[in-house]
Amino acid sequence: TSKLEIKEDKMLEVQFVGDDDVLNHILDREGGAKLKKERAQLLVNTKKIIKKPEYGLEEDDQEVLKEQNYVEVLGRDVQESLKNGSATDGGNKVYSFQNRKHSEKMAKLASELAKTPRKSVSFSLKNDPEIMINIPQSSKKHSASDKVQLKNNDKSEFLSTPPRSLRKRLIVSRSHSDSESEYSASNSEDDEGIAQEYEEDTNAVILSQKIEAQNRVVSAPVCKETPSKKMKRDKTSDLVEEYFEAHSSSKVLTSDRTLQKLKRAKLDQQTLHNLLSKVSPSFSAELKQLNQQYEKLFHKWMLQLHLGFNVVLYGLGSKRDLLERFRTTMLQDSIHVVINGFFPGISVKSVLNSITEEVLNYMGTFRSVLDQLDWIINKFKEDSSLELFLVIHNLDSQMLRGDKSQQIIGQLSSLHNIYLIASIDHLNAPLMWDHAKQSLYNWLWYETTTYSPYTEETSYENSLLVKQSGSLPLSSLTHVLRSLTPNARGIFRLLIKYQLDNQDNPSYIGLSFQDFYQQCREAFLVNSDLTLRAQLTEFRDHKLIRTKKGTDGVEYLLIPVDSETLTDFLEKEEEEA
Amino acid sequence: NRLPEEVGRCFAFCPPSVLTSRHLAWDYFSKGRNESEDSKLRFETYQLIWQQMKSETERLQEELNKNLFDNLIEFLQKSHSGFQKNSRDLGCQIKLKEIPTAALVLGVNVTDHDLTFRSLAEALQNNVTPYVVSLQAKDCPDMKHLLQKFFSQLMDCCVDVKSKEEESVQVTQKKTHCSMDSLCSWYMTVTQKTDVKMPSKKRTTTSQWQSPPVVLILKDMESFTTKVLQDFIIISSEHLHEFPLILIFGIATSPIIIHRLLSHSVSSLLCIELFQSLSCKEHLTTVLDKLLLTTQFPFKISEKVLQVLTNIFLYHDFSIQNFIKGLQLSLLEHFYSQPLSVLCCNLPEAKRRINLLSDNQCENIRRLPSFRRCLHKFTSSLPKYPLGRQIRELYCICLEKNIWDSEEYASALQLLRMLAKDELMTTLQNCFTIFKSSPEKHLGNIAKKIEEFLAQFQSLDGENAKEEEDASGSQQKGLQKTDLYHLQKSLLEMKELRRTSKKQTKFEVLREKVVNFIDYLVREYLLPPETQPLHEVVYFSAAHALREHLNAAPRIALHTALNNPYYYLKNEALKSEEGCIPNTAPDICIAYKLHLECSRLINLVDWSEAFATVVTAAEKMDANSVISEEMNEIIHARFIRAVSELELLGFIKPTKQKTDHVARLTWGGC
Repeated sequence: TSKLEIKEDKMLEVQFVGDDDVLNHILDREGGAKLKKERAQLLVNTKKIIKKPEYGLEEDDQEVLKEQNYVEVLGRDVQESLKNGSATDGGNKVYSFQNRKHSEKMAKLASELAKTPRKSVSFSLKNDPEIMINIPQSSKKHSASDKVQLKNNDKSEFLSTPPRSLRKRLIVSRSHSDSESEYSASNSEDDEGIAQEYEEDTNAVILSQKIEAQNRVVSAPVCKETPSKKMKRDKTSDLVEEYFEAHSSSKVLTSDRTLQKLKRAKLDQQTLHNLLSKVSPSFSAELKQLNQQYEKLFHKWMLQLHLGFNVVLYGLGSKRDLLERFRTTMLQDSIHVVINGFFPGISVKSVLNSITEEVLNYMGTFRSVLDQLDWIINKFKEDSSLELFLVIHNLDSQMLRGDKSQQIIGQLSSLHNIYLIASIDHLNAPLMWDHAKQSLYNWLWYETTTYSPYTEETSYENSLLVKQSGSLPLSSLTHVLRSLTPNARGIFRLLIKYQLDNQDNPSYIGLSFQDFYQQCREAFLVNSDLTLRAQLTEFRDHKLIRTKKGTDGVEYLLIPVDSETLTDFLEKEEEEA
Repeated sequence: NRLPEEVGRCFAFCPPSVLTSRHLAWDYFSKGRNESEDSKLRFETYQLIWQQMKSETERLQEELNKNLFDNLIEFLQKSHSGFQKNSRDLGCQIKLKEIPTAALVLGVNVTDHDLTFRSLAEALQNNVTPYVVSLQAKDCPDMKHLLQKFFSQLMDCCVDVKSKEEESVQVTQKKTHCSMDSLCSWYMTVTQKTDVKMPSKKRTTTSQWQSPPVVLILKDMESFTTKVLQDFIIISSEHLHEFPLILIFGIATSPIIIHRLLSHSVSSLLCIELFQSLSCKEHLTTVLDKLLLTTQFPFKISEKVLQVLTNIFLYHDFSIQNFIKGLQLSLLEHFYSQPLSVLCCNLPEAKRRINLLSDNQCENIRRLPSFRRCLHKFTSSLPKYPLGRQIRELYCICLEKNIWDSEEYASALQLLRMLAKDELMTTLQNCFTIFKSSPEKHLGNIAKKIEEFLAQFQSLDGENAKEEEDASGSQQKGLQKTDLYHLQKSLLEMKELRRTSKKQTKFEVLREKVVNFIDYLVREYLLPPETQPLHEVVYFSAAHALREHLNAAPRIALHTALNNPYYYLKNEALKSEEGCIPNTAPDICIAYKLHLECSRLINLVDWSEAFATVVTAAEKMDANSVISEEMNEIIHARFIRAVSELELLGFIKPTKQKTDHVARLTWGGC
């Protein structure tokens, strides 16, 4: 069996060796295959003479070792630097396949987290991952026979997939009890509950072990027949199956409860803000310490910006305050542009506009964004005394993450007298940049985990539980409209009013362009349909309107915001006027 | 100025011009944490060394490209002159349909290509033709755009060459439709004009033809669509007699791609010649050789750092530029964080500075590299390269530990002991020249010694040639015919035989001597830098910093922050076992942990309840009160915040598959 274990170890490393092969292939490109063969032969032979290895496995081990070496060097080991995520477990967890999960798991974990204060958590939770790993495999492998077996077992419903109806009932009853009972540590009833839980847990462990044992019985003869290759295939096919298991099944079993049944309605942005302001922040001392640590880097950032690098900040938590502090302490005496990437109406064009208009004081217009970019680049190349700092909050925001936008910002940042410091938050943000863009940006990465809430960043987001208001919440509507010309605002107001007048009409599909043009003319807002079209394009860019072709081929304009918000907006506008 | 708190799209802040005092970089260098008085000196040293390194790399780049460019230019000139001579010939008529094409295989390090192409365009403009246009695939989604870009860039070339008075005419033309016909007519007018101007203006080599060719560089051949390429090639081959086009394909993978992209009928319209640039690996070796393995630059990097840099190079991008960037960063970090680095400069200067600082010693570690290379000469001639094929591998090993402790070294010596005389002599000769060329006086003695050895070998030759023949003859025979394993085996046998008969040739005695001498040298001079006093002065070793800033892993950082808050917030309350978090953790961590338990879809109600359960439990630890309705609302609000933050981070997204559900965007989790 020890031999088998070794082989298993080896198999775990198989993925890595692939990389090595690729590398070898590349390295030996000019050498050609012939040379490679020769070399390999020699390698084996000399080793035999000099070292006289006793078993053939050694070479593989060495290779593995080499790979580990690589992983060690590139993957960050924890002891070496304080500010890096722990690589070994982290990587596995982020990149592993998803197991089939059951909805009760969450409630279960929650109750465990809640019930058990600090230390004793460990016991029950230690078991937990084990269960989670074992179950999906077992339930999949022994589909038919096991199910029958399990049905007999009273407590096993949680583990395998019972008939749906039963399941549903179960969930409802369970969650019901969850919400009603108030878990308190001192409650005797609750202690019973814990005990029961534990029972269930142990039960589960036993059960899964049983299944595993069965598993082994099944797989053992197979192993004997064809030792390693078969097993390898088994493993990979397992992985494949797991993948399809997680992704193919169209039915995902979740409970059918909706928020409506819950007493708490959706909150709007303002109440949410008020409520949250009552929460006293925890760990403020530690957070402060973290922030101080980062502030010490300000000078270094400035130095590195001046030397041709650009700085990007990543890590959990809003980095807005940090960047703002950087701006106020370091950039007071220099020209700089702050770009709020999370703002819904942002676009590269507005970034370029603020550079041309406000920094370079140029009021002309440009044929295209690329023209504008060329103009800016020329300006900065001509006048090397010009210096500009770009501070971009959320470079990875919805509106800026596009390929074109990134290309343009990258080209700006590659100028030696434009300094860029930016923050990214999205999990997949680095995917925005291919090698070409990365070399344009010339990033230096800094991890600044702050844990501060993303207050500003999420306030525009069309959040799930915040009162839904079409595609744009009121505040962002106001903000976007405030940045427009009075005429544009007038045009938009016209459309709002028309839409509100027709809100009770179920067959209303929007205002046709011709009618709209007529109305705008009458209100002296536009003088030609071209101006109106240009205006509409801008609205569309900001996602303020949507156009639809009717059955008659006429364009209809619609504001994709619910009428409530629109009424609120109009009221607010009138108040201000 | 508007307040920053006011949230809007973007704001520019322009301080009054009086205030805009230009901060120089060294201000920040000195204002950081290190207040020591020599920071300015250090910064200047940094800049000096960096400038030198940069110009050195640029020079290297030029040198390495020179050969390639020369070949290319020669090809262009040749193909074009053939095109010019006699167009009435029948063979030429056929050839006229073929566009001369240079396929330039540059390797996968795409980011470095830009630099190469830029210098190539420059070189072509200086030597062959003013009309050089380079296009990228992303600018040419279809034929129309391709022609437009082509045309407008040609105009720009023209403007550069000629006076700008015609600019207005060209701008109007820019907007008009572009076709091959218009290109041809443009070309006709331009060449005729220059013909007229020619006598009056002195021209460089460009003037050797009345009609200079138009060179079109397709930077990334692989990304062009087949249709665009084929159409363009067919059309331009039709017009070739009036529009002398030459194509240059930039290829990152392999030349087969041409045939894969183009059908046979199209590729037969091309007259392709292949050019291969130096492989990036070679390039790296040269760069390392010239930057790190010389005495020219005092700055050195430690084994770990070098390994990080080469690994990024080999496993990630093959980009020399990124390698240089890493080098720059390590240089900067070194000077920024190491106060002693002020001594990191060339030797006489360092001595002066030492005197100034009344510091006592700065070891002349610098003599090491030159010797290292000598060892490399020895080992690289051996089969199998026991010490690594590249000198950089050897360097790495040397930096890491005592080289003579390693097995590889032992085997190398073994092999050396078996070397035939000829080879030994040539390698010794090589070493001798290396030692001679190195400026250190110290190594002069060694060179002398080697010279002596060489002389001894030669005298040996004369003395007992016959005996020699026997020994070396049989050895060489073995070397040629059998593989190494058998050779060694037989050699061992032979040795045994000889030992019994006590007939060791003089040659063998001498060889033994030489090997011992080399062994002695290695032990004397190839000490790992860590054992040297004051090695911190010239060696930069903060590999982790480098890795963190160049090869960051934001996803892992995010995962760690969510999964194990104690890692960042060193609060005892957050300490927990592997794989679980305490209920007092930040809201977002709890929500994240709970969501890991779900599959593709998550019911918001369940989630919110689970969250509330955890959080209320945590709250109640502090105050033993009944949960009020307000409390509940606050908890709900906290949940909302956590969820929307997770959405911002890209872990979940809203879905319409089921009411009040969100979709998970990540796989896995414990």
